[in-house]
Amino acid sequence: MGHDVNEKLTGDFYTKHFAPALSEDGDTLILNIGPQHPATHGVLRVVVELDGEYIRKSEPVLGYIHRMHEQMGEVKTYPQYLPNMGRVDYLHALAWNWAYVGAVEKLMGITVPPRAEYIRVITCELNRISSHLLWWGAYLLDLGGFTPILYGFADRERILDILQIVTGSRLTYCYFRFGGVVTDVTDEFIALTRQFCRDFTQRLPMYRDLVTGNMILRGRCEDIGVLSPEMARRYGATGPVLRGSGVAYDVRRFEPYSVYDRLAFDIPTGQAGDAMDRYEVRMAEMAQSVRIIEQALEALPAGDVVSPDLPERVIPPKGEIYFAVEGARGKIGVYLLSDGTAKPYRLKLRSPSFSNLSLFAELAQGTLLADAISIMGSLDLVIPEIDR
Amino acid sequence: MRRLMKALKGLWSLAVGLRITAVELIKPQITVHYPRKEVDNLATYRGHIELVPQDEDPGTPRCIMCWRCVDICPSRCITLRMHVQGEETGRAADPGLRLSPDVQVPYSQHLAPPPDRIVRVLDGYRLNYSLCSLCGLCVQSCPVDAIRFTGNAYLVGTTRQTFDIDLLARLQQRAASTAAARGAARAA
Repeated sequence: MGHDVNEKLTGDFYTKHFAPALSEDGDTLILNIGPQHPATHGVLRVVVELDGEYIRKSEPVLGYIHRMHEQMGEVKTYPQYLPNMGRVDYLHALAWNWAYVGAVEKLMGITVPPRAEYIRVITCELNRISSHLLWWGAYLLDLGGFTPILYGFADRERILDILQIVTGSRLTYCYFRFGGVVTDVTDEFIALTRQFCRDFTQRLPMYRDLVTGNMILRGRCEDIGVLSPEMARRYGATGPVLRGSGVAYDVRRFEPYSVYDRLAFDIPTGQAGDAMDRYEVRMAEMAQSVRIIEQALEALPAGDVVSPDLPERVIPPKGEIYFAVEGARGKIGVYLLSDGTAKPYRLKLRSPSFSNLSLFAELAQGTLLADAISIMGSLDLVIPEIDR
Repeated sequence: MRRLMKALKGLWSLAVGLRITAVELIKPQITVHYPRKEVDNLATYRGHIELVPQDEDPGTPRCIMCWRCVDICPSRCITLRMHVQGEETGRAADPGLRLSPDVQVPYSQHLAPPPDRIVRVLDGYRLNYSLCSLCGLCVQSCPVDAIRFTGNAYLVGTTRQTFDIDLLARLQQRAASTAAARGAARAA
């Protein structure tokens, strides 16, 4: 293998592999951020070459939380793989649930009852808000503001309570099933969701006053990590990272699945593509999610929550399928190749965080180390999703 | 002048934020101080599974030993032991296929005749909770609703054995304690 490795250096393979291209003046420092670093929100390691406070070069090192989700797909039967999906991206578990069951349903030609479709939309959007709230708190924590996360969690806790009514769990949901969902929503669920939507709409201006206008935050975010639309496309960035750069791409609009084409919502975009734009896009998305939930609650039809003509054993016919949904971090895709047996032949997961992280190295080049932390936070990475 | 305005605007943004902090300061506390107080939202929580007793006999589980929960479980957390009445040796992992009493098995003349009705007896039903991911596939796949979730959110332990739960013994213990409580109530 033609690995150009500098054997004189101490450190592991990645450091040595990173080192040969070091600048000649020898006045730089190699620094490991992570894998156990609070700013990486998980076990992500980033090797950076520092010139003073400035980053000359950086390289993310992956694999510290690799759990072989794709391989597990090949050794488990179709239903047995369901609990895995809540653990790929634990913050927006229902979107992954949806991507997987959606792929199997598409391959088998199962139609989901309308009530189940609306329940999926409501729960998935609630989950999106809870994911954004956690990102919001954690990002501000990275930037040195401790209190916002407590405000965010006060609202997030209410969403978790609501989702617990139907899913029974608070984080790693396993709620969607082939052809529908596990349990029907209760009147309590609907009442609490309506109440939450009303309260949260009033809380959003509070968030803006508390943090968004804050000069310190603006100083840490504006003109930091400016991502051009061209570069975002080059790396396959999706979700708020891409929309922050002004590209109004949303899977819910451009490849509509379920009942999203019947619901009205805007796609918030930014202009400059800096960290502040990504921040604003996510804040605006929460308001749009509330809008979607309110419409879906209005339109919620009666009926089954699981398809009545579901076969006893879920064995898709031979064939391949790709199904994508819009997660909180971007486009979640499941590619499924079935050979007609009880287990998938191949299951490929397309995770948005992987693409969003890939552009970090280029984005962080030449920035201050402290700004790189801000950039990383603004990408909203979920590390288990990167490693799959 | 412009810098002064920017600084003033920035200071104002801080004041706006501090106003919210001040308002929140006088609001009632929402933190629940466990263990002095406990949360009240556990009614819908799904803890580990438990066996459902028969309606007429709270000491016997509804389980019909069809092995569906064992088969569907992604993590193989459930261990089921059973035997067929009359064959007390027990069959650990083999649900076994019993031939009809009408079928004559070769060289079986010296064996006792098969019983008219095959009665399966559940010997053990253990859950390895440390492997369980609470997906609910076992509960869903049960044809007789013999498994349900508990709301047990406070299961804590320092050894692995704590999470190896004998669900059959748990069911029998509960039945015995409710029967004892009922007996005591009747005596009083």
